[in-house]
Amino acid sequence: MSEEANQSSGQVKQFLYVNRRAPHGSNYAQEGLEVALIGAAFEQDVVMAYVDDGVFQLKSQQDTSDIGTKNFGATYGALGDYDVQTIYVEKESLEMRGLTEDDLMPLVYEDEDDDWEEKPMINIVSACQLAEIIDQSDVVLNF
Amino acid sequence: MAIEVNGQSFETDEEGYLANLSDWNLELAGAMAKEDGCDLTDNHWEVVNFLREYYDEYQIAPAVRVLTKAIGKRLGKEKGNSKYLYELFPYGPAKQACKYAGLPKPTGCV
Amino acid sequence: MMLHTVNKSPFEKDSLKSCLRLSKEKSSILMIEDGVYGAIRGASTERSVAEAAKTRSIYALGPDLKARGIDLEKLVDGITVVDYDGFVKLAVESSKVQSWM
Repeated sequence: MSEEANQSSGQVKQFLYVNRRAPHGSNYAQEGLEVALIGAAFEQDVVMAYVDDGVFQLKSQQDTSDIGTKNFGATYGALGDYDVQTIYVEKESLEMRGLTEDDLMPLVYEDEDDDWEEKPMINIVSACQLAEIIDQSDVVLNF
Repeated sequence: MAIEVNGQSFETDEEGYLANLSDWNLELAGAMAKEDGCDLTDNHWEVVNFLREYYDEYQIAPAVRVLTKAIGKRLGKEKGNSKYLYELFPYGPAKQACKYAGLPKPTGCV
Repeated sequence: MMLHTVNKSPFEKDSLKSCLRLSKEKSSILMIEDGVYGAIRGASTERSVAEAAKTRSIYALGPDLKARGIDLEKLVDGITVVDYDGFVKLAVESSKVQSWM
């Protein structure tokens, strides 16, 4: 799918994954993350956005050992290795849920062009800013 | 499917990947490699162990590009390149090494 | 005494809202699975949950809170955390169980 799309435009398209579901009640969150990683492995330019209950996916300290499901919260830490550098989190969604940036996992990527310095990935944005980002993305996928 | 080691049978999928991560042990890794006609050297083990650690931390097996970059960072540029890794694992470094590490197929591998 | 369970996020579905509106005083309400998101202090749901907790017994399932990284120190006042045994005990003690899904 993407390969052809990428080639026809002669440049890499930007894929925005909009994640709107809470992490453990359904498979959406885990599958959205895996699809994004697979896309990134094929050198798509991947940007993640978390809105609505999707912001709960990034909550720190998640530990599923007592509910017997896979602790895939750890996998968000691999996004940087897959060259994903940008995560947008909608401010309004956080506020409604009693969360702040401090409640989220401190995700970082290593900047290859800057001596592997660790840089934060999470950007808190307003609904207005996110609307602009969605509008500017080549491909938007919703999970 | 299954693989036999020391008279014990371990379940695998149709491509030979271990069904249960917890079944894994050193002998089993060696046996899986032997089936592919591959003798595991220290250089192989370096990669296999790296993959197990990566999985332990992030709960996924990394795609080959990610593996290559990470190996380069950890073990040096002379090992963090596809030529070196493909010589060790001719069927595809991430794919083949993940198998011996008892992990599922890498995320980003079809 | 009736036990009501809520297993959906209050930000995605109306299950909690309906449960609070349609449960009688003195009944028990247990938040499970994504329902435990209704227990977070500081969220838009806090006021209605705290209000309901004055007349009803509200519980949240500990393993589901832990899975979602919800700090036990940051729950709405009046919520009691129970484990699986506590869940069973509540169910056994209740005349009926109503699941709000």
